[in-house]
Amino acid sequence: MIGVKNLTRYYGDFRAVHDVSFDVSDGEIVGVLGLNGAGKSTILKVLAGLLPPSSGTVTIDGLDVTTASDALKSRIGYLPENPPQYRDMTVTEFVTYIGRLKGMTAAQVAKRLPEVIETCALRGREHQVIGTLSHGYKKRVGLAQAVIHDPKLVILDEPISGLDPAQIKDMRKVIRKLGEGRAVMISSHILTEISQTCDRVLVIHDGKLKAQGTEEELTRQLGDARIVLTVRGDQGEFEAWLRAHPKVEDVVPRPVGGALASAIVDLEGDIRESFIAEIIGAGFGIRLVEVPDDELEEAFLGLTRAPVGGEL
Amino acid sequence: MNVLLVARRDLASYLNSASGYIIVSALLFILGLLFNALSYFAGPAYSHELLEAFFLYGFGTTLIAAVLLSMRSFAEEKSQGTDVLLETAPISEGEVVLGKYLAGVGMVSIFVLLTLYMPLLILWNGKVALGHLAVGYLGLLLVGSAGTAIGNFGSALSRSQVVAAVLSGVMVTFMMILGEIGSFSEAPLDAIHYLDLFDAHFPAFQGGRLELSGVVFYASVTAVFLWLTTQVLKGRRWQ
Repeated sequence: MIGVKNLTRYYGDFRAVHDVSFDVSDGEIVGVLGLNGAGKSTILKVLAGLLPPSSGTVTIDGLDVTTASDALKSRIGYLPENPPQYRDMTVTEFVTYIGRLKGMTAAQVAKRLPEVIETCALRGREHQVIGTLSHGYKKRVGLAQAVIHDPKLVILDEPISGLDPAQIKDMRKVIRKLGEGRAVMISSHILTEISQTCDRVLVIHDGKLKAQGTEEELTRQLGDARIVLTVRGDQGEFEAWLRAHPKVEDVVPRPVGGALASAIVDLEGDIRESFIAEIIGAGFGIRLVEVPDDELEEAFLGLTRAPVGGEL
Repeated sequence: MNVLLVARRDLASYLNSASGYIIVSALLFILGLLFNALSYFAGPAYSHELLEAFFLYGFGTTLIAAVLLSMRSFAEEKSQGTDVLLETAPISEGEVVLGKYLAGVGMVSIFVLLTLYMPLLILWNGKVALGHLAVGYLGLLLVGSAGTAIGNFGSALSRSQVVAAVLSGVMVTFMMILGEIGSFSEAPLDAIHYLDLFDAHFPAFQGGRLELSGVVFYASVTAVFLWLTTQVLKGRRWQ
């Protein structure tokens, strides 16, 4: 669906994106993860046809974005971080207008609109003036305008920024629905959002693609492993054994009471299998081995801490 | 088709906003005051003289209305971030410019038509040639068209509506002193006089004389500024 090769983009003398290459397949939800100012939005703007690349090639659906920009516009849906909306229009009027601008006939829009209203969870708000909607609903209206023309690619720049936890949960469902049958690219600096919504993550730092892969693959790229262990045994003895182990870099106790002991353990390198065998050998009965909830966050911070221009 | 879509949305936006009503009613009020002052304090006058004076005031208020109404056309889109919607749609810059111009001209035409009761009062109480009335109004509409095109150009240059209005005002003022500049210049520079927005062409409309050169002039000013606006949009996109 998307083929990006050696994409570089300058703003004047400032290089916002440098030599970025990646591919996205049909039906794939891909997250673009990076700190603020990393270059995420620039990459998405190039994909949306809003900015030409300074060098490199970007093809979408087999067409080059610089030479076939107009042909691609009806195949792409784009939602910027601040949803662009005409505040004086109702939801239906606005989404209809965008559909018509995208080249749909009035009959096509009328047929498609109920499905989009349903997908974007806007039922009951169709005739409300956009200026009176809450931030969460405005984001949904932004999504609706991005998909009214049934695009093959949907680009969402920070779709959950500024939403409360309940709205984030709803938005996550909506994005998953959008991903059915089309490619979706989402940028975010909120790591849990990326890991829970996307099939694959591109980590951007300082305009460069630092890593890409699933959450598990990214974690592996760090070379270290971080696990939560719960064993049968005494908490004190277990901690002492862990601290004495030469391959354990850090131990964070997590007492659970009873006859169980638990701790978060940072290992030097991915030696999880042999390490667990050693624990069993030491007489601690394994009850639970988990990956910490913030594992991807650690991986992400590790990637972005790498020296600029350095290899991971 | 795209042109009409943009024009319809922008016209609806004008009609949904307070600013459009405020600009139109304030200028109608000012023109009405001037017309009253003219009628009551100018002493005895022929109907056609009153009508010519009305078209003179109408020229100024129509130009101001065009500039003030069109100051939002692109500046507001930029400040609200909605220009992205047009830039990501399969619609050319020229179609956007033309759509916005038509919406602006629509609003200026509403203003011009609402002034009609004043010359009708002259017609009611005096004797006025309908041809004079028609040509004068054609002149006002042409001036409104040129003013809207200039206003759109100013609006495309800034994201602030106030700055856009000031820029357009400066351009309009400059084009209205070209006659003076031309009168102090020697040939061939004195030809600049023909580019004056008022002196060179409007007096004919004001007097009820339909001159093709005037129609061509105002249509040309409109076309040139619409083209310039399109170039600004194209240039910005590929910066």
